[in-house]
Amino acid sequence: MFREDVLASLKESKKNFDEKTEKLLEKRPERKAVFHSGSGKEVKRVYTPLDLDGIDYEKEIGLPGEYPYTRGAYGSMHRGRFWTMRMYAGFATAEESNKRYKYLVEQGSSGLSVAFDLPTQIGYDSDHELANGEVGKVGVAIDSLADMEVLFDGIPLDKVSTSMTINAPAGVLLAMYIAVAEKQGVSADKLRGTIQNDILKEYIARGTYIYPTEPSMRLITDIFEYCSQNVPKWNTISISGYHIREAGSTASQEVGFTLADGIAYVEAALKAGLDIDTFAPRLSFFFNAHNDLLEEVAKYRAARRLWATIMKERFGAKKANSMIMKFHTQTGGSTLTAQQPENNIVRVAIQTLAAVMGGTQSLHTNSKDEALALPSETSVRTALRTQQIVAHESGVTNTADPLAGSYYIEAKTNEIEKEAMEYIKKIDELGGAPSAIDNGYIQQEIMDAAYSYQKDVENGDIVIVGMNKFKVEEEPPTGLLRVDPAVEVKQRKQIENLKDRRNSEDVENTLSKLEEACKSDENVMPYILDAVKAYATLGEISDVMREVFGEYQQSVKL
Amino acid sequence: MRPIRVLVAKPGLDGHDRGAKVIARALRDAGMEVIYTGLRQTVDQIVNAAIEEDVDCIAVSILSGAHNTLLPKIAERLKEENAEDILFVGGGVIPDDDIPFLKENGISAIFTPGTPTTVTIDYIKANVRK
Repeated sequence: MFREDVLASLKESKKNFDEKTEKLLEKRPERKAVFHSGSGKEVKRVYTPLDLDGIDYEKEIGLPGEYPYTRGAYGSMHRGRFWTMRMYAGFATAEESNKRYKYLVEQGSSGLSVAFDLPTQIGYDSDHELANGEVGKVGVAIDSLADMEVLFDGIPLDKVSTSMTINAPAGVLLAMYIAVAEKQGVSADKLRGTIQNDILKEYIARGTYIYPTEPSMRLITDIFEYCSQNVPKWNTISISGYHIREAGSTASQEVGFTLADGIAYVEAALKAGLDIDTFAPRLSFFFNAHNDLLEEVAKYRAARRLWATIMKERFGAKKANSMIMKFHTQTGGSTLTAQQPENNIVRVAIQTLAAVMGGTQSLHTNSKDEALALPSETSVRTALRTQQIVAHESGVTNTADPLAGSYYIEAKTNEIEKEAMEYIKKIDELGGAPSAIDNGYIQQEIMDAAYSYQKDVENGDIVIVGMNKFKVEEEPPTGLLRVDPAVEVKQRKQIENLKDRRNSEDVENTLSKLEEACKSDENVMPYILDAVKAYATLGEISDVMREVFGEYQQSVKL
Repeated sequence: MRPIRVLVAKPGLDGHDRGAKVIARALRDAGMEVIYTGLRQTVDQIVNAAIEEDVDCIAVSILSGAHNTLLPKIAERLKEENAEDILFVGGGVIPDDDIPFLKENGISAIFTPGTPTTVTIDYIKANVRK
C-alpha cells in the first residue's frame, strides 16, 4: 500500500525518532515501562505505515459492504439506519415483563430482547426442586404457552423483532413464539428475531446446558432446517463471544473461540445435508464491548474479515450474505463496578462508541446498577439514552468505519485476526470446538487469562477507577430492583391450574410422539410445536428429551 | 499442621463461575487445599461434599439472586449434621441490604464484587477452626 522509497525513508526517520526518544526518557521516563491494552497486549509508542508493511488495501481492508467486509457489513452502515437499540429485559412474571417491554417500546427501543429466568433456561418448570429461589430472578419465568401468551400480549409480532436468550431449550421457546403469533393471526414466515441457540459457549462459559454435545448439535441443525423452510426471516443462532469475554478471555480469544464455535455449527449443518448458502445467511454473532476503545473496534473489524474469509475459502460459500458477519453487541457486564455505580454510565458510553464505530447491527447497553442487582427502570432509561446520544449527537455515525486507516487500528486488526486464527488452528488440531471443550482446552485458556487479569488488578497494574484507586466511603445504594418471592408461589399455582385445565390426553400423545422423533432421525421441531400447542410444559418437554438424550456432565479443571 | 481445606461451591442454577474459579485458584496459591464442586450444586450435595472432604471452610459463589433462599439452607443443614464448626462464607452479586439477614442465618462473611482475593484469604486464615 505504501511506496518502497517512502517506507525506506520512514524507516530511517523512525530509527532516529526512537533513539531521540529513548535518550529523553533517561531524564523523563514514561508512566510505565511497558504499556498494555485492555487484553494485556503490548502497545507501542507510535504506529506508522511500517507496522502495516505489505498490507493490500483492496484485498484486506476494502470498502464497506464489500468482501472481506473489514469496513462494515453494509455499504451505507449507520447512515442508512441506526443499529437496533435492543435492551435485554425480563424478570418476575410474564405480566411484569410485558409491562417493561411496552415501556421500552414507548421509549424508543426498536427491538425486544427477552431474558428468561434460570429454570426456564435449563428446562425446569417453576415447581421443580432445583427452581427453588430462582423463579423470576434473572429473567421471566415461562412454564408453558400460557405464560408466553401473556408475555407478548398486545405486542404485534409482525411488527417487532424479538431476540430470545435461550439455548438448550431454544426449540421449545421458538415453538411457543410461533404458536403465540399464530393466535395473533401472524404466520411464521413473517416473524423476525433471533434465538441464541449457541450451546457450545454454554459448555465453555455460561453454564445453561442440558444435553450432551452430540444431541445438542442435532437439535441446533434441526432448528436450522425447520426455520429455513418455515421461519425464513428468523436468525437461527447467535454465536456468542459475549460470555466467553465475560468469563475472562482476551479480545483475540473472544474472536478465536467464537469463530471456532461458528465453524462447528457450519460443519454440523453441512453434515446434516443442508446447503451452505441456505442456512449461512441466518447465522448471526454476538460480541462484548469492553473499555479499551481502540482494541475493541479492531476486534470487530478482525472478526468480520476473518469470518468472511472462512466462509468463502474454507466452506466455499457463494452468496455475499453467507460471508457477511452480522452481530449484536452488549456492553461488558464484568467491567462494571459495585463501587460508585454512577461511574458505570461513563464506561458504558465508551463501550457504546466502540460497538458503534466497530459497525454493530444491534446493541444492548448495561445499566449502572447491574453489578448490584437487576436494573431499575430509571437506570435502564439512562442506558438507552446513552445509545441515543451516540446515535444523534456524537457524529460517529455519519461515516462508515470512521477509524479505518489509523495505523494503530489497522495493525491491531491484523494482530487480533492473526491470534484468532492461531486459536482456530489449535482447535482444529484438537478435532474442532466440541472436542476442545470436552477436553477442557478452551475453558483452561480463558481461566488463565481471567486469573492473570485478577492478579494485575490486585497488584495495581490495572487501575479500575473507584474500585482499586480513587476510592471513597459510600452509603449502600438504594432503590435496587427486587423480585418478590411471591412470584415463585404464583408461578407454581399457575402450573397446577394449567394441569387441571388442559386436555391431558393431548399432552400425553404429543409428548410420546416427540419421544419417538427424538429417537429417530426425524426433525423434532414439528413435534415440539404440537406439544407446545397442547400446553405441555417446558419441563415436561425437556424431560422427554433428557430421557432420550441424557444430560451433559461438566468436567472441571482448575 | 495440615493446610486449610476449602470447598468452593456453586449453589443454585447460575453458570457464572469466573469468580468461583478465580477464588479457587487464589486460595490454592495461598497454600490451601481446594476442592471445586462445579455448577448447579444442591444444598445436600454441598453439605455432603464438605463433610466427606473434611473441609475447614465452605466458600460459595452465587450470582443468580437466589442467595436468600439457598445460603441459609446450607447453614441449617450444616447444623443438622453437627458441622457448624465449618467456616461458611459467600460471595457474588449480593446487595448490601441482604447481608445482615445472611449473617443472622449462619453465613460468617459475604464478599461482594470488587473484593480483592487477599481479603478473602486473610479472613479464612483468621477465622477457620483451630
